[in-house]
Amino acid sequence: MPDGASPILEVQGLQTVFRTRGGDIHAVNSVDFHLQPGELLGVVGESGSGKSVTMMSLIGLLPSPPAEVRAGTVRFGGDDLLRMPARQLRDIRGARIGFVFQDPMTSLNPVFPVGFQIMEPLRKHMGLDRAAARRRAQELLELVGIPDAARRLGDFPHQFSGGMRQRVMIAMALACDPEVLIADEPTTALDVTIQAQILVLMKDLRERLGMAVIWITHDLGVIAGIADRVMVMYGGQVVEQAPVKALFARPQHPYTRALLQTVPHVTGARADRLKVIEGQPPVLSGPPRACPFRARCPHAFETCARANPARVAVGPDHDAACFWDVDRGAPRHV
Amino acid sequence: MFTYTIRRLLIAIPTLLVISLIIFLVVTLAPSDPTANLPLSIPSEVRAQMREALGLNEPILVRYLLWLRQFFLYEPLHMLDQAFGLSLAGEDMQRILSWQTRSPVADLIVQRLPQTLWVVGTSYVVGVLIALPIGIVSAYRQYSWFDQIGTFVSMVGFSVPTFFTGVLLIVIFSVHLGWFPSIYDTTLRVTDLSTFWLQIKQMIMPVAVLALYNAAQISRFMRASMLDNLNQDYVRTARAKGMTERVVVLLHVLRNSMIPVVTVIALGVPTVFGGAIITEQVFKVNGIGQLLIIAIQGGDVPTVQTLTFIFAVLIVLFNLIADVLYGLLDPRIRYD
Ligand SMILES: Nc1ncnc2c1ncn2[C@@H]1O[C@H](COP(=O)(O)OP(=O)(O)O)[C@@H](O)[C@H]1O
Ligand SMILES: [Mg+2]
Repeated sequence: MPDGASPILEVQGLQTVFRTRGGDIHAVNSVDFHLQPGELLGVVGESGSGKSVTMMSLIGLLPSPPAEVRAGTVRFGGDDLLRMPARQLRDIRGARIGFVFQDPMTSLNPVFPVGFQIMEPLRKHMGLDRAAARRRAQELLELVGIPDAARRLGDFPHQFSGGMRQRVMIAMALACDPEVLIADEPTTALDVTIQAQILVLMKDLRERLGMAVIWITHDLGVIAGIADRVMVMYGGQVVEQAPVKALFARPQHPYTRALLQTVPHVTGARADRLKVIEGQPPVLSGPPRACPFRARCPHAFETCARANPARVAVGPDHDAACFWDVDRGAPRHV
Repeated sequence: MFTYTIRRLLIAIPTLLVISLIIFLVVTLAPSDPTANLPLSIPSEVRAQMREALGLNEPILVRYLLWLRQFFLYEPLHMLDQAFGLSLAGEDMQRILSWQTRSPVADLIVQRLPQTLWVVGTSYVVGVLIALPIGIVSAYRQYSWFDQIGTFVSMVGFSVPTFFTGVLLIVIFSVHLGWFPSIYDTTLRVTDLSTFWLQIKQMIMPVAVLALYNAAQISRFMRASMLDNLNQDYVRTARAKGMTERVVVLLHVLRNSMIPVVTVIALGVPTVFGGAIITEQVFKVNGIGQLLIIAIQGGDVPTVQTLTFIFAVLIVLFNLIADVLYGLLDPRIRYD
């Protein structure tokens, strides 16, 4: 990774609240992170930890109401995406920032041919005419490994399998050569063999196209093979952030350690049963005043109930939000 | 799709035969006497002769078969003769005659169809045209004041019967303000601008009453269908591609939402031909609906049978059209 280069995306103090009838839900709480050009940042966390909401807040994709981005800045190419007129933001979405969603079965419009759907951003953002957009759409389908691309442009989504639809989604997200690709659990809805194919495809595309990628998943196994750096989220906060090797070698947050223990090992002695993290994720009805993980944490002590730990450096480019120092087995001095 | 349509058309034949038999039996077996309205001075032997002349003494099945032959063979031939000045129909090919007027039922229908098509047809078109945008905006701005007012108005339009809204309009605009006539004048011929204006004026109230009623239903349907689709994942995808709200709503969402709505609109078309029976009565529009009411009151069996059966044909036909449209609009549906 080109160290020291200025980040392409820099998020600070992001806070998103859903105003529902049952009260406010603080889904994202003071999230800070950055993304270097060409880097692949993995984002992990149980479902409900705020991964999707964070990423959708960045580019204004959350329905409002009920969502409300209350605070924060999102620096992208010198502008703040959160304070940008809707029109200008639309010119960035799908052009400079591409999005791939979780469920390829429902994320494509069922009544339009896939060719049309891929051509839409090409025509809007790149101003291509119909013929040029069509040629480019065909190239894109070939790029993502869909055989017989020219003919398949006219096919409707239901004529593709799940894996092929996700390839179409990827082609669509990559249509305008984005600088950043955000992939929100792009393989979760797919069969294991198809997941592997999509992973290989993404690795290959990243090498060829060189865009930065944010890869959301709840599967640490996937992250290990693909990410440069990992960000762990819990209760709408970033609880640990580290280069991928450091995270797997020296996880510092008890939540990360618990997550790592849930990853089944293919090699080695087979565990009697899969480990799970005991307890429930926190209810996010107010801004966090204490550590959100304390109820499930084996190391929790009285400080954890009094304050919400800030992220502190625990190694080179490695930080964790925890009062407990796992290396020393004692509270951390801050 | 083509073979599917052909197959559905073939299936429609036995369906319609069964319907025709049921209609025939229900209307024929109803305890009404076509001579009952005649003066009491007519002796009963004469009445009996009249009944015999009307063919009422034949067995029911024979009468049904004769009626079928008249309906499907004689009438079409006569209609062709009239339309193109041919002489396909023989002298002995008796037409279906109205017992009340002794004129062919088909002629009565042809006389009355234009009024119904003008008034009820226009109201349907107007209803659809106002319902669609209202439904779209109500869904897109769910719970806004526009949506709340729309919900209220369509609830009113839905639940207040047309004979009430009709009379209300007459009281306000004909009686008090004197803007529009309360009676529809069929003899009016549109020849120039001023007669055209008169035609518009006499159409406004019945059209408004029926359009309100149609729009209330269809706009609710449109709204529900839009709401279903606005929450779909593909809408988020379209936004993530940077499409404008206009494209997202009026292309991606609307195209999907129209699938069930078009079906409902198609299924509603037969009611246009059925005429809005009550509204035609209120505004004295002598259309198909009024013809049916008069025929029922006069025990005019051939007219009632013919009209009812034509409605049945239209309903079967537009069901088929709705299904075909569904298949055309939704690429996921394949009929084969
Ligand atoms: N439309 C919504 N309305 C209310 N709450 C929501 C909505 N979408 C997400 N949330 C809440 O935000 C939190 C984070 O969700 P999300 O970001 O989707 O989690 P994940 O990490 O699985 O992607 C969840 O607790 C969820 O309850
Ligand atoms: Mg998610």
